[in-house]
Amino acid sequence: MEAVFNFFGLSLVVFLLVLGYGFGRLAEARHYRSIRRREEAFSDLIIVCCKTVPESLPAGGSQMVRGSVVVSIDYFKHFVAGLRMIFGGRVHTYESLLDRGRREALLRMQAEARKLGATVIFNTRFETSSISKGGGRSIGCIEVLAYGTAILP
Amino acid sequence: MEQQMITSTLEYLPGRTIKTHLGIVQGSTVRAKHLGRDIAAGLKNIVGGELKGYSELLSEAREEAFQRMIRQAEAKGANAVLNVRFTTSSVTQGASEILAYGSAVVAE
Repeated sequence: MEAVFNFFGLSLVVFLLVLGYGFGRLAEARHYRSIRRREEAFSDLIIVCCKTVPESLPAGGSQMVRGSVVVSIDYFKHFVAGLRMIFGGRVHTYESLLDRGRREALLRMQAEARKLGATVIFNTRFETSSISKGGGRSIGCIEVLAYGTAILP
Repeated sequence: MEQQMITSTLEYLPGRTIKTHLGIVQGSTVRAKHLGRDIAAGLKNIVGGELKGYSELLSEAREEAFQRMIRQAEAKGANAVLNVRFTTSSVTQGASEILAYGSAVVAE
């Protein structure tokens, strides 16, 4: 009886790994395509981290803009990252998660600035927080917030 | 009709002068995620990607904190909040505090 349960548990894990690998890869590739397309579209909206606005820029006013996103890692990558923890070193799977999160948050901020008709965003900051840290069955998901000041023409 | 509050992450307002500083203003909110969303997020977590439920939840919470900060600034008689920052901290597992703070100023 126990052997049956063990077999069931094992096959469930394998099933989830395959599911995570397949759909996770697809979803990530689609997300990156969409990120690249929108980055292209927003390439004229400059994001700056400087605190001071040059005098030459027309300053018709300023308004805060922000964008945030919560992204989660898939089951397969979570598993691979778990194995990586044994040996140490670069955890590629989490790097791509954070990269996607940051770029998506920036794009959402740019979309908000575009609605206001701004052409440049000053003093941009990032803030990253992990939502579900701790806990035995913690799911690896992070929230990324990007915020800045859109200078209106 | 009161003028709309100006908010900025800069330390000054381009093209305007600041008359008086009225000190720090802040707004915060503590939110817990609810079970339904947690289950949905747990399922979504198998395949990865954006967790829309959480994205919305946090964005609402941040808006709430932001509005509270603005109300405090209004109560002080300010017309702008400068150098606004956001921070997030988790209070206990499953609940997080979102804080928005900045300096309230009167600008002309």
